[in-house]
Amino acid sequence: MSVDVRPFPELVDADRAGLDPPYDHFDYVGTRLRAPKEPLVIIPSTLTELTGPAYGESTVDPRDADLTRQHAGQPLGERMVLSGRVLGSDGKPLRGQLVEIWQANAAGRYAHEVDDHDAPLDPNFSGAGRCLTDDEGRYRFVTVKPGAYPWKNHTNAWRPNHIHFSVFGRALTERLVTQMYFPGDPLFPYDPIFNSVRDPKARERMISMFDLGLTEPEWALGFRWDIVVGGKDATPLEEPHDD
Amino acid sequence: MTELGITPAQTAGPYLRIGLLRNILTPNVVDPSDPRAIRIRGRLTDAAGDGVPDGMIETWQANAAGRYHHPADDRDELALEDGFLGFGRSGTENDGRFEIVTVKPGRVPWPEGGLQAPHIGITVFARGLLKHAVTRLYFPDETEANAEDPVLSRLRPEQRETLVAVAEDGGLRFDICLQGPSHTTFFAV
Repeated sequence: MSVDVRPFPELVDADRAGLDPPYDHFDYVGTRLRAPKEPLVIIPSTLTELTGPAYGESTVDPRDADLTRQHAGQPLGERMVLSGRVLGSDGKPLRGQLVEIWQANAAGRYAHEVDDHDAPLDPNFSGAGRCLTDDEGRYRFVTVKPGAYPWKNHTNAWRPNHIHFSVFGRALTERLVTQMYFPGDPLFPYDPIFNSVRDPKARERMISMFDLGLTEPEWALGFRWDIVVGGKDATPLEEPHDD
Repeated sequence: MTELGITPAQTAGPYLRIGLLRNILTPNVVDPSDPRAIRIRGRLTDAAGDGVPDGMIETWQANAAGRYHHPADDRDELALEDGFLGFGRSGTENDGRFEIVTVKPGRVPWPEGGLQAPHIGITVFARGLLKHAVTRLYFPDETEANAEDPVLSRLRPEQRETLVAVAEDGGLRFDICLQGPSHTTFFAV
């Protein structure tokens, strides 16, 4: 068999047509020694990329979806229901998706030894949750609203309130780790991570909405946030490979 | 059909361990007592050569017969293995070290015909990576298959070299360097 040695096309940054942030984003200091700087090699999607891990068959403890009931007492903070759907860019609901979240407590402190922010830990809050989406692609968590916190990226740098999310999608090309923000956060204009996404419409897709229908009267606020996953084949603006 | 706008990626940040590394997903793709088990050790480093202490590596692969545990792989002539999902996840230690225990996957097809050399898909997450980075691990004892692999054969030698693991201490060593002169080759997928 003759071996094809024509080089693959390369892409300066795999930004999915401006929808993803670039690796190289000077304002976010953590990127400076870590962001890949060489062009990415564009390879065709093979079975390796068109498949991916699925944990729909695994059992996830239902208690993992309620971050307010993982300890003897209740955590401090504003209790909230957080729910939404995981969808493909074709609009199909992704059922049986493992959704993993982690967050700071209401005071803006993570239960992690590296976090030295001078704000109290909450013995009743670990800040980790997971659940599987239902047949409509829906996830649902109960938690407390995370606090904003300073992060030393620049003078007086504060992260907007956010919750970290991880979903696998249907294939390796759809793997997504991202952050969910809250509507109207006054810290948005100052946050280099939020603003690393250059398309304002794409940035808005990271912001949840308050949903009165999700609230539980006399108990918890409600926020809704849908997650849409898609690989490079879903983005028309990217350079096609030539073979 | 309306295409929905995708949700952009954001960095996993320095505290990914809270949410992603204290649960059911582990570095053991197979049980370490499996006679076929291979230990893959490596170090995740930055442009200064320092270990990345707050990162995470995910691996995805076919089973030893070359079959993916996924509906898109419908080659029923290749058996699935009970309990083999093909996914591994390892955090990095203070010096950037990670470790995965797995088996060598079989060869899987190339879209235009022929077979790819055995390989493992690798995804890297860390503070400072605004989205994950994607690479592949190939096996050093697959000289022939590697030479005709459609991905490896189309890379420059210095790019190719970063993707082939090195035999070490009865297992494999696979270092991942995010930036700098010895950086790993990353893919747009």
